[in-house]
Formats: sequence, C-alpha cells, structure tokens
Amino acid sequence: MLAFLTRRLLQILPTIVLVSMLIFGLQQLLPGDPALIMAGEDRDPAVLAQIREQYRLNDPVPVRYFYWAKGVLAGDLGESMRLKAPVASLVEQKLPVTLQLAAMALMFALGIGIPAGIVSAVKKETAWDYGANVFALWGLSTPNFWLGILLIFLFSVTLHWLPASGYVPLGEDWRQSLGTTIMPAFVLGNALAAVLMRHTRGAMLQAMGADYVRTARAKGLQEGRVVLKHALRNAMTPVITLGALEFGTLLSGAVLTEQVFTIPGFGKLIVDSVFNRDYAVVQGVVLVTSTIYILLNLLADIAYMLVNPRLRG
Amino acid sequence: MTVALPASAETAQSAREENPWARAWRRLRRRKGALVGLAVVVLFIVLALLAPWVAPYDPVATSWSLVRKAPSWAHWFGTDEVGRDVLSRIIWGARASLGAGVVSVGIAAGVGVPLGLLAGYAGGWIDAALSRLVDAMLAIPFLILAIALAAFLGPSLGNAMIAIGITATPVFVRLTRGQTLAAKVEDYVEAARAVGNPHWRIALRHVLPNIVPPLLIQVSLAIAGAIIAEAALSFLGLGQQPPAPSWGSMLNTAQRFIGQAPWMAIWPGVAIFAAVLSFNLLGDGLRDALDPRHK
Repeated sequence: MLAFLTRRLLQILPTIVLVSMLIFGLQQLLPGDPALIMAGEDRDPAVLAQIREQYRLNDPVPVRYFYWAKGVLAGDLGESMRLKAPVASLVEQKLPVTLQLAAMALMFALGIGIPAGIVSAVKKETAWDYGANVFALWGLSTPNFWLGILLIFLFSVTLHWLPASGYVPLGEDWRQSLGTTIMPAFVLGNALAAVLMRHTRGAMLQAMGADYVRTARAKGLQEGRVVLKHALRNAMTPVITLGALEFGTLLSGAVLTEQVFTIPGFGKLIVDSVFNRDYAVVQGVVLVTSTIYILLNLLADIAYMLVNPRLRG
Repeated sequence: MTVALPASAETAQSAREENPWARAWRRLRRRKGALVGLAVVVLFIVLALLAPWVAPYDPVATSWSLVRKAPSWAHWFGTDEVGRDVLSRIIWGARASLGAGVVSVGIAAGVGVPLGLLAGYAGGWIDAALSRLVDAMLAIPFLILAIALAAFLGPSLGNAMIAIGITATPVFVRLTRGQTLAAKVEDYVEAARAVGNPHWRIALRHVLPNIVPPLLIQVSLAIAGAIIAEAALSFLGLGQQPPAPSWGSMLNTAQRFIGQAPWMAIWPGVAIFAAVLSFNLLGDGLRDALDPRHK
C-alpha cells in the first residue's frame, strides 16, 4: 500500500508541474504587450514600467515561470488587479461556496443516479429500464445553464417558491442557505446523476450475472436481499470511485451554474476575472481547480485500492 | 460442376464476405435511436446550409414594433427583446453551433490522431513526453481550460472553436495511442513489417485504417460535447458575439427576460438539447454497430 502511494505521489508531481507550466503559458497567448493589456485604460509610461517590473515582463519566459512557481509554492498566487487583493485570499473566500454547491450536487447525483441504475438493471428491458435510460439521455444532453433558466422560470418566477439568485452562507442561516442552493445544486448534479445511473446499471448487470449471485439465489435468498446485499455491494465499488472522480468535474460545471444563479463562488470569480482581464485570478483559479482535480483522482485511486482486496496485495 | 450449398452455410459465407462498413450500416439501421439521431443531425445540417433560404426573416433585423411578441402564425417561436424573429435566429444559430462542433472536433482529431499514432507507434521518449503532456491537459477540467483559453485568445466564435478544439485534443491522443498500441502487435502489422514496409507506411496504411471505428465513435460524441461547450462559451459571452445569432448567446439574453418572454429561453435550449441528444444517440448507435464487444 505504501509503495503504491509513493508511486502515485511521484506520478502526480510531474503532472502538477506540467499543469502549472501550461497555465503559466496561457499568458503567452495574450495578443500584444501584456503590460498594455494589464494597464487597461491607463497608458501612463510610469504605470507600464511598474507593471513590467512587478510581473518581470522584461525577463525571459522561463525566468518568469520560475519566479511565479516559487511564489505559488509559498502560497502566493499573485494579486488581483481589479480587486487589489491577493488571489490566494479570494480563493479562500470563494472556494467554500463552490464546495458546498458541489457537495450538495453530488448528494443529488448519488440519490437519483444510483437508485435509478439499480431499478434499471433489476427491471431490465421493462418500462422502468426505458424510463431510466431516457432520464440518462436527458441528463447527458441538457445544458445545465438552460435547465437552470427553466427552473428559475418555474420555481422562482411562476411559483415564487425559491429565490432566483443570491447566496446565504451555511453558517449564517442554514434554511436560507439551502433555499438559495437547492436549485443550483440540482442543476449541477443532473448530468452526474445520468452518468452514475449508466455506470450503476452496467455494474449491476455484470454483478447480477456473476456466480456468487446465482449461488445466493440457489440458497433460496429473497430477491431483494440478493440485489441489495450481494449484487449492489460489489457493483458499488467502481461507482463510488467514479463519484469521487466526478466531484472534480462538478467544480468545472459550477462555472455556469453560479453564473445563472448569481452565486459568488469560484466559477463566478473566474468568469468575472475573464471579463475584467484580471489574468492573475484566472491563472490562480485554474491552477487551484486543477490541483484539486488531480488530488481527487489520487483519492479515487486510493479508495479503489482500499475497497478492492485483489489490488491490495 | 457446382455444388449447392445449404442455406445456412450460404448465409454464413455471405456474412463473411460482407464489407465491414456495410455490416456496420446494417447494424446501425437496426437501432431506432441511432436512426432518429442521424435524421435529426441531417435535418440540422440541411437547416444550417440552407439558412438563407429557409429562415423566414433576417436574423439580425430589429423591429421596435415587434419587441418580445409571443409565438404566433407570423413568428412561430416569437420575437426577442429587439424584435428579431427567434426561429430565424435559431436556424442561423445552427451554423454557429454545428460549425463549432465540426471545426473544433476537426482540430482535436486533426492534431490528436497523428500525435496519438506517433506516440503509440514510436514508443520510447516520444510516447513518454506526449503522454505526460496529455495527462497534464486532462488534469485541467474541460470547461475551465476552454474558458481560460478563450479568455486569453479573446472572445470570438473562431477563438472559441480553437479553445474547444485544443481542449478536446488530449482525448483523441489518448484514444489513438491506446488503439495503436493494440493494433501494432497484430499479425497484419507484423506481416507488413516483414515485407519491408517503411514505418510511416505501416502506421498510415495498416494501423490507421484499422483504428478508425473507435475514432469515429469518439468524433460523434465529441461533437455533442463541443456543441454544448460552444453554447456554454457563447452563454458566458466568450463565443459568438452579438448581434450574430448563436444558441448560447440567445440563452444569455433570454435569461434577463425569462419572466416576460419565456419563449426566448425555451427554443434555443430545445435546439441545443436536440442537437446534442442526436449526436449522443448516433454515437451510442455507432458504438454498438462498430464495436461488437460493446452491448
């Protein structure tokens, strides 16, 4: 186990370094002089000189990357030009909002996707199975920003049940917090529910055809017990691992959901920064999101190792 | 002298002689979902190509007397906040969406397939370097990378296509590399090598044609992903710029008028949904038709 962990950690280190290079390299795509772009309306030569000095724009790219990476390792992700605040502190403020949204979305996805997958596999080729497959196709093909707009129309504009936008922190008032996040969390979890449903169905069908399930049936166990105690327990291993892995993609999907519901999270921060040409924030947010994603991959691998005894040896 | 074969043997022989593409088409035709998907994809392509003749109105012509009119016989899908015909904008928007889907996947496959073929066939340090780069790119969530690229390149439909194309490339590299690794140990590749074919010829003439089916499936599914990605970037204001029509940017505007003119949000969303669903159905059908192991 220790050898596996060491090997995986050694594997992700070069990946993180390469990701950081790619993200730093994005700056090179900016057309023209980056100092002019960063200065915005202000074309004062003194300001431009200060920007060039501050961001080491006169140095070669590898040197600039070295200083940037050195700062990142020390927890310095740069400074927001617009908000005049360190990017790291912005990340610290916004990340919990997105994590709450992603965690709720994951709960929705698990709560809908897994039962739907089980029913679909157990009732294979019945109306239940077709219904679950239609749901999966709907989930995979619906843009979440459109679903969000439709839900706002139904639950906020027409029924006045839920607020259309805004966010209340969980620690401030949990009821209002749930009220402001329940709709966006459902929207965010919708596609993942479809993915989990498909995987659960596939894993359950495989498990239901396995020898141990046939043996359990031959022993005269009730069908419900066979499904839940024998097939499901074995089918869940890859599904739970996938759930951990997909948590990272929820961070990405949150960009659109937060935009639709005006939630001040990580996604809204990146979009606002894009439009304000606050490139240090864009780089910082992409770097943090990617690092979380890589670490979740590692956690998923470890979880898979822990629950699958055959891989532990 | 001719020997009459028993009916079953004759069928088996004709099945053996059947062209693999004809067999795939026969299998695809059996799947109703895939056929519906194919029909809708063809319909969208026809609409996009014939937009100037099919669209009932000019998609950018505004009219202050027609602001936010509900669907009617004159305007089937209603009008938008400046009196433009929603149906005409959806028909013209098909060009942006399908164009983005095809061009960005073209970029992804055009770059990713040769690189994957090179990595898989050459092996060694080339494979190691390309694989690490692909791992790094796949470690950045798809939409976040597409947004960051589009942001740094500048907002426009062309740049959005490039951003989506670059973001989708690593999947093609990884898929092609894996398929190449599996194909290059096959007997027919060994035979091609034994008769003295140069490496480039073996890779292009023997390996590549045999890995086309999984790539074709990936193309279909990637177009669905690219259509959603283009709509997402346009929704955020990073894709097609106003007043040119695009389904994503139409949804962006519609959001502000959802209380007064819900039709502005419904139809562009239905168009994205239908296009993405069709490519997904077609991709699923192709997978079943081209890969007999997958059921």
